[in-house]
Amino acid sequence: MSDGYAVRAEGLEKRYGEKRALDGFDLTVREGTVHGLLGPNGAGKTTAVRILSTLVRLDGGRATVAGLDVVRQPRDVRARIGLTGQYAAVDEVLTGRQNLEMFGRLFHLGGKRARLRATELLEQFALADAADKGVGAYSGGMRRRLDLAASMILAPAVLFLDEPTTGLDPRSRGEVWESVRALVAGGTTVLLTTQYLEEADKLASRITVIDQGRAIADDSPDGLKNRVGGDRIEVVLSERADIPRAVKVVARVSDGEPETDETELRVHAPVTDRVSALTEVARTLQDEGVPVEDIGLRRPSLDDVFLRLTGHRTETTEKEAAK
Amino acid sequence: MSALDLTGHPTRSRTYWVLADCWNIVRRGLTHYQRQPVNIAWQLGFPILSVLLYGYVFGSAMTVPGGGDYQDFLMPGMFVMTMAFGFINTATVVVYDSTKGVIDRFRSMPMASSAVVAGRGVTDLLVACAELGIMMLTAFAMGWRPDGGFGFLAAFGLLLWLRFALIWIGVWLGLLVPNPEAAGGLFAVAFPLTMISSIFVAPQLMPDWLGWVAAWNPISSTAAATRDLFGAPGATGDSWVEQHALLMAGVWPVILTLIFLPLAVRRFQKLSR
Repeated sequence: MSDGYAVRAEGLEKRYGEKRALDGFDLTVREGTVHGLLGPNGAGKTTAVRILSTLVRLDGGRATVAGLDVVRQPRDVRARIGLTGQYAAVDEVLTGRQNLEMFGRLFHLGGKRARLRATELLEQFALADAADKGVGAYSGGMRRRLDLAASMILAPAVLFLDEPTTGLDPRSRGEVWESVRALVAGGTTVLLTTQYLEEADKLASRITVIDQGRAIADDSPDGLKNRVGGDRIEVVLSERADIPRAVKVVARVSDGEPETDETELRVHAPVTDRVSALTEVARTLQDEGVPVEDIGLRRPSLDDVFLRLTGHRTETTEKEAAK
Repeated sequence: MSALDLTGHPTRSRTYWVLADCWNIVRRGLTHYQRQPVNIAWQLGFPILSVLLYGYVFGSAMTVPGGGDYQDFLMPGMFVMTMAFGFINTATVVVYDSTKGVIDRFRSMPMASSAVVAGRGVTDLLVACAELGIMMLTAFAMGWRPDGGFGFLAAFGLLLWLRFALIWIGVWLGLLVPNPEAAGGLFAVAFPLTMISSIFVAPQLMPDWLGWVAAWNPISSTAAATRDLFGAPGATGDSWVEQHALLMAGVWPVILTLIFLPLAVRRFQKLSR
């Protein structure tokens, strides 16, 4: 049954009226890994997750999760998966403990094991102190952690995380990332959808980029970043006359060709050894007495990835640009 | 990861789990009331207030065709009105669960999906029993003295029967309206629909065409039938539907269920489209 893949999807099709939400989408996720599904709003990420978690029917193609067919064995699939994200929620009126006990009983653990499992998970997700408070009073991060805990009741083989940190502040985001790492250490396979390249980069060992319902790239985070050009060091100068000197300094730490922007007095180039490159350039420029307005590292964003892979920007940026 | 054995109970039958799942959803619904006592106060407060207001404010100004006490005429109508408004409660909970993703979570689990709706229905019927009990006690305190015995139980049963049929309208609407705020607007639809009936005023006192509509309003049959069973006759009109109130009080909920149960089920299945 197991062939080393927790998720296998071939040619998934899903139409909503005229719109093709998925248009021949392929995906393979290795067991025991975190796989990122990266794409802008409306690219088909959520539709893919909803099909794989048996919430919506597919119009074409086939998919297996944990070796089980999502169309023919939905109930078996449901016993092996967890789902957390924008669209699967916890009960806001009940307490954290009441939520986990209810879901435990609905996962057919029986009353006693459901209670024990709830206590166990509340500890594991650092919610023990708030266990008997109503979820309505939880912070965004706590709620998302409870959501994760509810998805983990049966220790699922595959966990779907649909934009788990969208709308969270940086601290809560970090807390959720911690929890996800702990789960993966325990052997769960995670399929993570996100709009943030940084998030996919931090958590995933492999990333599929999705655009207009199709997978347009499938690579390791490093491979993907290399295709985009990776991180860049960027120096903004005070004097136009210093540009050639800055180019020389930057070229020494860069593994690519420095580029210059004459109007903004900007010199930038790709780097791999980020921090030492930054200190090296800063020190050398200071030693040579070159006045600098700004210096820093710029990471490629989802937008850069898209521009490079598809030749068009993400829709959100297009809308913002149109304003 | 866990010290516990997390495998299910393969020995139990499918039916056992459908019932167990259903009971767990009921438990959730009842725990909501336990955690939000204010909601019970609102939900019970409205019927009590209605009994007091309509009983004392309108009570003196109203006449009942064929004689008889307006209070005896009004009280069964108030019970029917509370059952009728119940579909708003059902719709509100369903729209909340479906927009907040709770229903999706249930659907992603290996539980019986029919239990999500069935559990809601059982919870609503239990709440309806509590509402009726409190209203009847209030009415009794105001001097309402119904006939006891079998008639009383039959009337109680007919009221719950109507509420049962309205569960499906509530579920259907709950899955149809886009957000909880819109569910609040259902009251504006429900209010005139309950007014154009025999709840407050006998249809023969209305303009002909309106009286006809009121008489054929499904809730009018339940109102007339329960009035009779509680021992307050005398307000029955001549039309066929009014002459056969008891029969129609049994038949109307069947018709409503036959229409709206399939619609609700279809709407529920549409979630996977």
